[in-house]
Amino acid sequence: MRAWQSILAATAVALASSTMAMAARTDLVLGVPLEPPHLDPTAGAAAAIDEVLYTNVFEGLTRIGSKGEVLPALAESWTVSDDGKTYTFKLHTGVKFHDGSDFNADDVKFSLDRARAENSTNAQKKLFAAIDTVEVVDPTTVKVSLKHPEGQFLYNMGIGDAIIVAPESAETNKEKPIGTGPFKFDSWAKGSSIKLSKTDGYWGDAVFLDKVEFRIVPDAAAAIPALLSGDVQAFPFFQPDGVSQIEGDPRFKVVIGSTEGETILTMNNKKPPFDKLEVRQAIASAIDRKAVIDAASNGLGQPIGSFMSPANPAYVDLTATYPHDVAKAKEYLKAAGLEGGFSATIKLPPPSYARLGGEVIASQLREVGINLEIIPVEWADWLSKVFTDKDFDLTIVSHTEANDIDIFSRPGYYFQYENPEFNKLIEELAVTNDEAKRNELLGSAQKILAQDVPAVFLYELPKVGVWDAKLEGLWDNAPIQANDLTKVKWLE
Amino acid sequence: MTAYLLKRLLIGLATLVVASLVVFGVLEILPGDPARLMLGFEATEDAIQALRVEMGLDQPLLWRYLDWVGGLLTLDFGRSYTYSVPVIDLVSERVVVSLPLALIALTLSTAIAIPVGVFSASRRGRPADTISMGAAQVGVAVPNFWFALLLIYVFAVWLRLVPAGGFPGWSAGAWPALKALMLPAVALALPQAAILARVTRSALLEVLGEDYIRTARAKGMPRRTVLWRHALRNAMIPVLTILGLQFAFLLAGTIIIENVFYLPGLGRLVFQAITQRDLIVVESVVMLLVASVIVVNLLVDLSYALVDPRLRVNR
Repeated sequence: MRAWQSILAATAVALASSTMAMAARTDLVLGVPLEPPHLDPTAGAAAAIDEVLYTNVFEGLTRIGSKGEVLPALAESWTVSDDGKTYTFKLHTGVKFHDGSDFNADDVKFSLDRARAENSTNAQKKLFAAIDTVEVVDPTTVKVSLKHPEGQFLYNMGIGDAIIVAPESAETNKEKPIGTGPFKFDSWAKGSSIKLSKTDGYWGDAVFLDKVEFRIVPDAAAAIPALLSGDVQAFPFFQPDGVSQIEGDPRFKVVIGSTEGETILTMNNKKPPFDKLEVRQAIASAIDRKAVIDAASNGLGQPIGSFMSPANPAYVDLTATYPHDVAKAKEYLKAAGLEGGFSATIKLPPPSYARLGGEVIASQLREVGINLEIIPVEWADWLSKVFTDKDFDLTIVSHTEANDIDIFSRPGYYFQYENPEFNKLIEELAVTNDEAKRNELLGSAQKILAQDVPAVFLYELPKVGVWDAKLEGLWDNAPIQANDLTKVKWLE
Repeated sequence: MTAYLLKRLLIGLATLVVASLVVFGVLEILPGDPARLMLGFEATEDAIQALRVEMGLDQPLLWRYLDWVGGLLTLDFGRSYTYSVPVIDLVSERVVVSLPLALIALTLSTAIAIPVGVFSASRRGRPADTISMGAAQVGVAVPNFWFALLLIYVFAVWLRLVPAGGFPGWSAGAWPALKALMLPAVALALPQAAILARVTRSALLEVLGEDYIRTARAKGMPRRTVLWRHALRNAMIPVLTILGLQFAFLLAGTIIIENVFYLPGLGRLVFQAITQRDLIVVESVVMLLVASVIVVNLLVDLSYALVDPRLRVNR
């Protein structure tokens, strides 16, 4: 009797656990290194905001896909006038905000006007500067007129800063975000986690996950045990130096992808001796990219020779423009009248790519007679001293915005680089819509930068993602800083 | 006693005023514009200016100091630059993590250290003493973040008894919350216990050499009673002093431990606020920590009177 009972119990348990195994999991705990300061993507530059909310909670007229392509989102289609100055967006119907209110053309007008208003604190305000008027044609049609053609307009409408918000909730989104996306905001335990859950009656394709928790794990050393213990099932942005501890463990997948982060050694182009082309050429020739990549990104970064991601269709491989050649570097220095070398400073912001890369670069430059004093700085310090006051010789930073080659044409930008020929290309680019023509112009722009070396282009910041082997649908690459969960599911 | 207490209180208040000047002054000198940091380096100048006005950063320094101190007095700590919620809300959310953590760690370290110290002192020079003091020496030397990682690997990754970090919140129930605080408390407590045990032992050894201990033993009082009732009580003053000092160390230790275990406590709040230049949060939380250290020291001063009746006489 006893034996019979225990067999029955064992069968019941076995049955129960096998049915559990058959139904795939629908919950996910995702680790993020930084906590967003608030939850409104239209009011802050912190990538951490988009990493939680972009396409999950908030949507724009268009959206950026996993390869960096522009996809329709709240606008199901659009037409562009022949002069490239008028965009007419046709909106999806039946879309509701998470508070139950309807989404329509008025919300689009409100959001775009708010972003470009005088008192707007939108971190990407300049991307809306080309907009002249936003007109509501009917509840599902919006006409946006531009002051001049803008080549990247559809892309710009797809970034996190251009998401559509409702007038009723715009002011409270920082604390309680109300969007139109497939996930709605549940709760935020500050310093700990942000919870989202599936939106009922979402207008688009249904998502697979019911509950998602973004858990804030700031310490890289803490991320590994969190993963190993099963507390957290995915770290889409993982520290490259932690990979060796996870690699080889069949329970996890390690995915090395690309980002839009060009890691560059910037020179102050107006400050002697960096105003001399030969000095910049000397520095470029003195640097061994491979050694920098090995030290700063655990060997995972892709070398670049200009300011463009290798994942971009417009990319041209220019890494051989100034190959590593110590003798040649010394010749360049001699040509600049500095054969005895010189001393300079390098200000390094906190990320490990800058601190580790800076040490290697300092030792490489010492070989050609350039002595660098390494000055570690905090971000706030970097922003005020280097970026705003331009008080620096050299610095290392990763520019993570997509399609941002135009920063080399911006007057007063911290590199203080000025090249009329380059600026002309950028102006032409801004008013060009044709894809092939754009790529050609971008190619020429890359070549100018590679030759002129306003900065030494080091490598593309890798995106290292680590997650449970049974998890599918997370992005391999990071064309923008986001964690798009719309296709994420557990395999059975 | 009243005069003694008043004097202590006045010193405490003066410390607070000086601390407020230092804290405000140092943070204002630090380079870095909070508005620019929040909007990132691609932001336009007018967006940054709009935010500076919104945050009140365009006001003169003295005015901002007086405004801040006035706020502190009325328990209005201002609004966080980064979170844009009242600082008091942030602090009260975090105190419920840090305070229990510090109290558990303090209790734990006392509960371990005093018996070990007494045990060692009573077996001075014998193997048991050598072993426990050797262990204490190791405890003093081991950095607490390293010890914390070791604990995580053993109890969370290998044995899977407790979570590797994070805090579910008290709303998830007392047990899950306490479970999350267990490893951090042990990681904080053991190095402190090691120090405390050594202090207890040496204070006790000094007292054990006193005449009145010999007298007590001579009149036939059991060893145990002499040790725990006569000797330990007299050895408490240095132990209490160290305990008071340790509270300050514990608060500092939580900054590291809360990062290793990613606990949403005050330590992490300060750490994060400093890197994000959320000056108003840093200023307020540091003042709060200063105030709590002053209060604890006051309590320690008062407790001297409890263990030493001579101090209770009005002097």
